[in-house]
Amino acid sequence: MLNPLAAVGRGVIGGCRTVGAVVLFALTGVSHLLRPPFYGRLFVKHLLEIAYFSLPVVALTAIFTGMVLALQSYTGFARFNAEGAVANVVVLSITRELGPVLAGLMVAGRIGAAFAAEIGTMRVTDQIDALTTLSTNPVKYLVAPRLLAGVLALPFLVLVADILGVMGGWLIGTTKLGFGSAGYLKATMDFLQVMDVVSGLVKAAVFGFVITLMGCWCGYNSRGGAQGVGAATTAAVVWSSVLILALDYMLTELFFAQ
Amino acid sequence: MTEAPPKIRLRGLSKAFGEKRVLDGVDLDIRAGHGMVILGGSGSGKSVTIKCILGLIQPDAGSIEVDGRDLLSMPRRDREALNDRIGMLFQNGALFDSLPVWENVCFKLLAQKRITRGKARDKAAEVLAQVGLAASVGDLSPSELSGGMQKRVGLARAIAAEPDIIFFDEPTTGLDPIMGAVIDGLIVDVVKRLGATAVSITHDMASARRIGDDAAMLHKGRIIWTGHASALGDTGNAMVDQFARGEREGPIQMELRR
Ligand SMILES: Nc1ncnc2c1ncn2[C@@H]1O[C@H](COP(=O)(O)OP(=O)(O)OP(=O)(O)O)[C@@H](O)[C@H]1O
Ligand SMILES: [Mg+2]
Repeated sequence: MLNPLAAVGRGVIGGCRTVGAVVLFALTGVSHLLRPPFYGRLFVKHLLEIAYFSLPVVALTAIFTGMVLALQSYTGFARFNAEGAVANVVVLSITRELGPVLAGLMVAGRIGAAFAAEIGTMRVTDQIDALTTLSTNPVKYLVAPRLLAGVLALPFLVLVADILGVMGGWLIGTTKLGFGSAGYLKATMDFLQVMDVVSGLVKAAVFGFVITLMGCWCGYNSRGGAQGVGAATTAAVVWSSVLILALDYMLTELFFAQ
Repeated sequence: MTEAPPKIRLRGLSKAFGEKRVLDGVDLDIRAGHGMVILGGSGSGKSVTIKCILGLIQPDAGSIEVDGRDLLSMPRRDREALNDRIGMLFQNGALFDSLPVWENVCFKLLAQKRITRGKARDKAAEVLAQVGLAASVGDLSPSELSGGMQKRVGLARAIAAEPDIIFFDEPTTGLDPIMGAVIDGLIVDVVKRLGATAVSITHDMASARRIGDDAAMLHKGRIIWTGHASALGDTGNAMVDQFARGEREGPIQMELRR
């Protein structure tokens, strides 16, 4: 009769153990960033992989989000005769929330999956073991450069997303909603505070860490051939997406709760 | 085996994966500067034994001594220093497919900073020539090679850093008979030239006689026979002889279902 309870207990214990293992994995990865040898070449490669090659996806997402925000908030605010607030709504939503979250989700799909697949394949084909026999610490070689690249690349992407998102809003504002070009931009800048942008960039850095961490963790611990790698890839995307949304709430609470 | 102390001494080595006992008290002495061949049916735990010695798998019980020092109680730094002097050819090659062949071959030398990147290409060409591959192969990616070529590149990678213990996990499987003999000759050569201790796993009796001074047979998690490799096929041990001659009838009944 107590079986369901036992199952719940087992689940909780297993969950705690996994969380502990992930935290330990993350700390190990970070600690390797502080001790030589450093793999600068790999860091640059991953930085390009994340920042440069994610640009098109993030840019498109940001522009359309800005456009739709302008459109939607205009319809909403028109009911209160508050159409003037469109520029503010667009810039605040983009910089504080949608820029980091959407860029994070896009990168989670691209990079989390790619890292998990690559490292997972290395695991099931003994390449990670081979690293150890070749005088190379696999965490230092595979994980540390990726974590650093993720933490630095995401803020850059979000900055781009912020700018393009506002541009998207401006495009719709000036072409369809009848705002003046200069007026729209002035309204945007007037209400924007440094903290809005900074909080978004901090979120981005955290998301970058989480995405690369989950990609590396799931890949590193994958087993069981091609199927295992597939499962690891899925898990990396799902978990980094969920964590992004959960952490987004917590960070918002941290930054803006009175 | 009376004279010098063994290079590698295994005592009571045990390892289970879940319910399945793979190694169940393996005792084995491997003489310094000699070739040891480990025989055994598919899935008998030969690769697991080697991975235990390399520190890639943590055994459940038993001791592993190299040069009289216990590996399992050794500080990590010493263990890494020891790994620097060990070479390993993995059963499936385990080449890094993100790197060109030349970087694969010189990976350990580069990791130990014993060579500059500028010189690595020439060094790689030199080692590739030893395994019968043209220098131009160095610029290919491992995925562009045939299985046999991958094996030879793996071999080149294992010997490039001139280790004093080398493990070969099925070095000639998947090669044509002539190339197999060439690789065997190469292994014998390297072992002589470097004065290295070589531990090989093979299913090929001709190859076993060529590369082995000593041989040991692993069956049901234990070493059931050790002796001279030249005696294989005529050892007086019914199981070993059956295995060496590849006979269907005998004391070893293949478990076709598990
Ligand atoms: N990481 C692992 N997790 C679970 N089981 C494993 C693991 N590694 C090996 N095994 C199991 O241990 C057994 C022995 O494997 P091992 O690879 O040592 O066989 P082998 O003697 O090298 O065989 P072969 O000649 O086919 O290579 C197999 O039954 C395998 O399923
Ligand atoms: Mg094997």
